[in-house]
Amino acid sequence: MSAQPIIVSASPHVHSDRTSKKLMYDVVIALIPAFLVSVYVFGISALIVTSVAIISCIVFEYVIQKYLLKADVTITDGSALITGILLAFNLPSNLPIWMIITGSLVAIGVAKLSFGGLGFNIFNPALVGRVFLLISFPVQMTSWPTAFVNNTSVVDAVTGATSLGIIKEGLNMGETMTEISAKIPSSIDMLFGFTSGSLGEMSALALIVGGLYLIIRKVISWHIPITLLATIFIMTAIFWVANPEHYANPLIHLLTGGAILGAFFMATDLVTSPMTKKGMVIFAIGIGIITVVIRLFGAYPEGISFAILIMNAFVPLINKFFKPRRFGAKIKSKIV
Amino acid sequence: MLKTFPKGGIHPPENKITSSKGIKKMTLPKVVYVPISQHIGIPAEITVDVKDKVEIGQVIAKSGGFMSSNIHSPVAGTVTKLDKIIDTSGYKKQCIVIRTDLKDESNFTDTAYPLKTTITLEPKAILQKINDSGIVGLGGATFPSHVKLSIKEGTKLDHLIINGVECEPYLTADHRLMLEKAEEIIVGIKILMFALHIDKAIIGIENNKSDAIETFKKIITKDDHIKIAALKVKYPQGGEKQLVRALLNREVPKNGLPLDVGVIVHNVGTIFAIYQAIQHNIPLIERVVTVTGKKLENPSNYWVKIGTPITDLVNEVGGLPEDTRKIVNGGPMMGKAIKNMDVPVTKGTSGILVISEDEASRGEPKNCIRCGECVDVCPMGLEPHLLMNLSEKGMYEKASAEDIMTCIECGSCSYVCPSHRPLLDYIRFGKNSVKKMNTSKN
Ligand code: SF4
Ligand code: SF4
Repeated sequence: MSAQPIIVSASPHVHSDRTSKKLMYDVVIALIPAFLVSVYVFGISALIVTSVAIISCIVFEYVIQKYLLKADVTITDGSALITGILLAFNLPSNLPIWMIITGSLVAIGVAKLSFGGLGFNIFNPALVGRVFLLISFPVQMTSWPTAFVNNTSVVDAVTGATSLGIIKEGLNMGETMTEISAKIPSSIDMLFGFTSGSLGEMSALALIVGGLYLIIRKVISWHIPITLLATIFIMTAIFWVANPEHYANPLIHLLTGGAILGAFFMATDLVTSPMTKKGMVIFAIGIGIITVVIRLFGAYPEGISFAILIMNAFVPLINKFFKPRRFGAKIKSKIV
Repeated sequence: MLKTFPKGGIHPPENKITSSKGIKKMTLPKVVYVPISQHIGIPAEITVDVKDKVEIGQVIAKSGGFMSSNIHSPVAGTVTKLDKIIDTSGYKKQCIVIRTDLKDESNFTDTAYPLKTTITLEPKAILQKINDSGIVGLGGATFPSHVKLSIKEGTKLDHLIINGVECEPYLTADHRLMLEKAEEIIVGIKILMFALHIDKAIIGIENNKSDAIETFKKIITKDDHIKIAALKVKYPQGGEKQLVRALLNREVPKNGLPLDVGVIVHNVGTIFAIYQAIQHNIPLIERVVTVTGKKLENPSNYWVKIGTPITDLVNEVGGLPEDTRKIVNGGPMMGKAIKNMDVPVTKGTSGILVISEDEASRGEPKNCIRCGECVDVCPMGLEPHLLMNLSEKGMYEKASAEDIMTCIECGSCSYVCPSHRPLLDYIRFGKNSVKKMNTSKN
């Protein structure tokens, strides 16, 4: 007989090789292209913001779990790392370090651990951190270093509003879209990353590559990102067709303001999104509508962070009302 | 596109390492331990006594009622003990212990009789014979076959489905049987079609057994009204409800039976046992068992006498490997881990799987990350994470309202959970508690 005792446990006796840790690290891998673009565009400051956010998220999780909650420390599960990266991706590259640390504390301490840790949080921690900073420090949080391309070199550290900010401001001053378009980067620049905005939302293309990786690896399904982007596109297209001089074209809406980042990486957070595919579609449509309403009619030029947080709150309800269909429930079975 | 059931399911590694190993006859066991409860329902009543000489195929325990089954002696020999021993369920069960008479020639007669295709018995006599022969569902459910076949007058029944899916990883007993006894199985199907007055039959086989599909296709003719359906490989397609859905696009109602949609389902092994009983008068005393495991010297498929201790089987394939951590009666998804190698093979044993260290360890359970994977894969449309939660908290009323009782215990949820949550463990516990709650209410 073997040296080790025979185990008698219940079936199943095999397990797939997917683990939550692997899922988390796949998300980290998917974020690398966008991170590289941010380093290319913003240089050392992107590195600083990202590492400060990551380190402070992990340290806060460790300290709070070990000394305050006296619970198991879970910093190796990868979730604090992701919160750190995503928080950094939602910040301007020139944000003071102490603000980043404050944002991390709110994300980890308030949004995650006070709810009971990974799996029990209702709101996306990184977004809570971001929105907290946006409300507390609106000036610093909305002056974005821009990265317009001047022939071949990247001119850095010109601070200004984001494209959506410029549009909103322009419209408020009574300018037409034709006049405003001259002031914002072209859609092609937005795609490749030469726009202004937060760290992670620079290049739509890099984010899409990462997002596709997650879909291929089955970490996320297509339902949330595609439905969300389609909702934003369709809604903004309707307004644009109705009055192109007053509303930006749908492509601008898709490529700016963190729509892609939000759709692939923030709204798809496993913990804070619905369980069923049906639920995911409803959730994503909700986010899309709220985003567009805030962008077009609200006080803020951007709205996806708020929209995701609002819909996060509805997830328990969505899970309750959009349950999977039980096998054999209420069927009209036809005998052939 | 190949057919399959639409909702849920998983693709565990198939590991069918014994699929090319022909079925060999197991060495005759010196002693057999025959439990009197090898089927779902009432245990059989012992009809022999210690020191009695028994013949091969003789009834040694009589069916204890309608929901019960006869038990026959698998060998010629002498009853040495009537004793309680631990069976595959992990509980002590009454057994008849028989010492095999190694001189008795009937123990060595070959069961491979020449194919007999003409059906001489009348429908009523066929059903009676199936009852007498102790035949139960050999796919693992061990539901007495005559109960399944006792169909109320006026029931609309139009299809006989033969389950040749064998979706459990590792197991190849049904696969080999289909390859080696295809003609007998076809006769068996015709016997049932005749007895039940059904004029359509479908054999459902997953596409990873294309040789079996081809074998059947070669021997059936148009007038047989038997179809061979190749199915996409997906676990748990061998579940009756999933199979009926896959083949006929009919959904068995919640808490209902295939009969409710005009279908009756039998496993290929059961069909072969029926053939043996009707055409050659051989009761169910032997079955095919896959003895397998990655570290075994000689994994293979065997004709095994009911009551053979599992030790004998493992010795036959070269003994237990050093690093054995688990011995499973059945396949890795739904089989039962056993503690003790003296446990005998019963009518429901389709395989013995030896699992070593590296495969056996379960991951440490972590928090549910609400990923919804378990919901995605559940073939019954349940929410396993919720059912586990409710069972854990003792909220059985709620669990019952969330349809916990319709769980088929396929284990797909536990298999995929990236947080290694023991979902099915808790759901089983919850189901038992709901059952108790319901009986105490009545
Ligand atoms: S809940 Fe039951 S039926 Fe659903 S996957 Fe889990 S074990 Fe299978
Ligand atoms: S698969 Fe596991 S982690 Fe995912 S929702 Fe189900 S129980 Fe939770």
